[in-house]
Amino acid sequence: MGIIKAKQLVHEYIRRDEDGNVESTSTALDHVDLDVQPGEFIAILGHNGSGKSTLAKHINALLAPTEGSLWVDGMDVSEEENVLPVRQTAGMVFQNPDNQIIASVVEEDVGFGPENIGIPTDEIWQRVEESLKAVGMLKYRHHSPNKLSGGQKQRVAIAGVMAMQPKCIVLDEPTAMLDPNGRKEVLRAARELNEKKGVTIILITHYMEEVVDADKVIVMDQGKVVMQGTPREIFSQVGKLKEYRLDVPQVTILADLLRQSGLNIPIGVLHREELVEAILKAAQIE
Amino acid sequence: MSIVLEKINFIYSEETAYQIQALKDVNLTIEDGQFIGIIGHTGSGKSTLIQHFNGLMKATSGTIYFNGQNIYEEGYHLRDLRSKVGLVFQYPEHQLFETTILEDVAFGPKNQGLSKEEALQRATEALKSVGMPEELYNQSPFDLSGGQKRRVAIAGVLAMQPEVLILDEPTAGLDPAGRDEILDLVARMHRERGITVILVSHSMEDVAKYVQRIIVMNQGSVMYDGTPKDVFHHYKELETVGLAAPQVTYLMHELKERGLLVDTDATTVAEARASLMEALTGVHSARKDFHVC
Repeated sequence: MGIIKAKQLVHEYIRRDEDGNVESTSTALDHVDLDVQPGEFIAILGHNGSGKSTLAKHINALLAPTEGSLWVDGMDVSEEENVLPVRQTAGMVFQNPDNQIIASVVEEDVGFGPENIGIPTDEIWQRVEESLKAVGMLKYRHHSPNKLSGGQKQRVAIAGVMAMQPKCIVLDEPTAMLDPNGRKEVLRAARELNEKKGVTIILITHYMEEVVDADKVIVMDQGKVVMQGTPREIFSQVGKLKEYRLDVPQVTILADLLRQSGLNIPIGVLHREELVEAILKAAQIE
Repeated sequence: MSIVLEKINFIYSEETAYQIQALKDVNLTIEDGQFIGIIGHTGSGKSTLIQHFNGLMKATSGTIYFNGQNIYEEGYHLRDLRSKVGLVFQYPEHQLFETTILEDVAFGPKNQGLSKEEALQRATEALKSVGMPEELYNQSPFDLSGGQKRRVAIAGVLAMQPEVLILDEPTAGLDPAGRDEILDLVARMHRERGITVILVSHSMEDVAKYVQRIIVMNQGSVMYDGTPKDVFHHYKELETVGLAAPQVTYLMHELKERGLLVDTDATTVAEARASLMEALTGVHSARKDFHVC
């Protein structure tokens, strides 16, 4: 079994009036099947309200399924006794870095999680050091978090999750509030954790460019998984993505336009380097 | 009709250990009817700057003129200024509070002293212009999707009929279609009503596509001020301050380095396409000529 497995997962938000009678229900997840293998880098795309964050909250046991099941590393998230172990296995990073930092010194913020679960002091320090190193923030360990840039704060938040030594990290739009440099820093940190430490990464984002290096892309719409595949497979279906209120990276749009104008450019170009080579080739060979 | 900033300085927590100079000698003229983008890394002074435009923050030193009048002069009606210079904050949907969409949008004009009928009239117009379907007017704003909520919040500012519309990262957290809808809406307001628009953004691609003029903030000062082409021409310097050029600009530079004669000042997909087609068909025809010879 994969590290995260969903089987016919359904989640309904139920609204009740003052007397507790059901006013309305809305289905946020509609029979989702998912199987994520350990060490994979998965990206989830979908418009606002498509169910991405609801899915993410199940992986962290913040929400329990209405129907169906979700297992994190073999543990059923609906079982009460699994809630804490699930949260230690799958850590979560949210959109706004300012809502996630609680201590007045960076290293204390990172050490907060392990301290809470009773890790011995020596080991806490060791974990803090390793985590900060992994996200490239070790030299800021004695700084105050409120003096950091958005990207730096977000990396501290990731280090805080890392210090819990999770097998999986879910990042829910971690770059939405960041400037270009901050976005790059956070993505680099996530990629390194994935490559060097083998942490499974689930990245939820609205920036198509951030997805091109993922192992697999999942597209959600109205609570359902509607597309699944490699970035190249997904981004070669421009029309379908637009229907789901999504887009493709700028280089892919340009490549498509050039191909439509009669140039010999392959379908599904994702990286700038690829397009450079394709254009140079088109320029030299008739 | 313009906003003129002369030697504006702003210092947070002056004369304490936490003193930070957020704006340093900023001189700017915002001409009527311009579509301006402000870019800069987190903490570069963008948000502090835009809050000076409508007098929400008062400069530590310097002068601001709105339509030729000094806004810091005694007796100046800052209240009027704030209804002429509308500011849409980040995540404006967090500020929705009324029971219905229509009431929420009518709150601003009502506050300006308009009668209830006039205010509702203004609200209806504003909601129409942001493309809200009429059958939703009496619903709670909290039942809307993220993109819809944001459009209602923008309508709330539009209902005050501002001459200048300032938006602080209006597309953060929206899906790509939502992003396009908001920016197209703002561009239409600029085109059809001729209002001045100031857009603070972290997306270089969006800024390049929509605005006529870019102001780059760095450490509280204006670093560059010019057309997108002029500004993104300095892409290497922009990188050193946490910014970047649009993706296509990098592509064009790489192609040029590899010997293809393309326009490295292209900042949008459309410009890049035009330049590439010219360069490539040019190469093709040169080749054909050679064969003919």
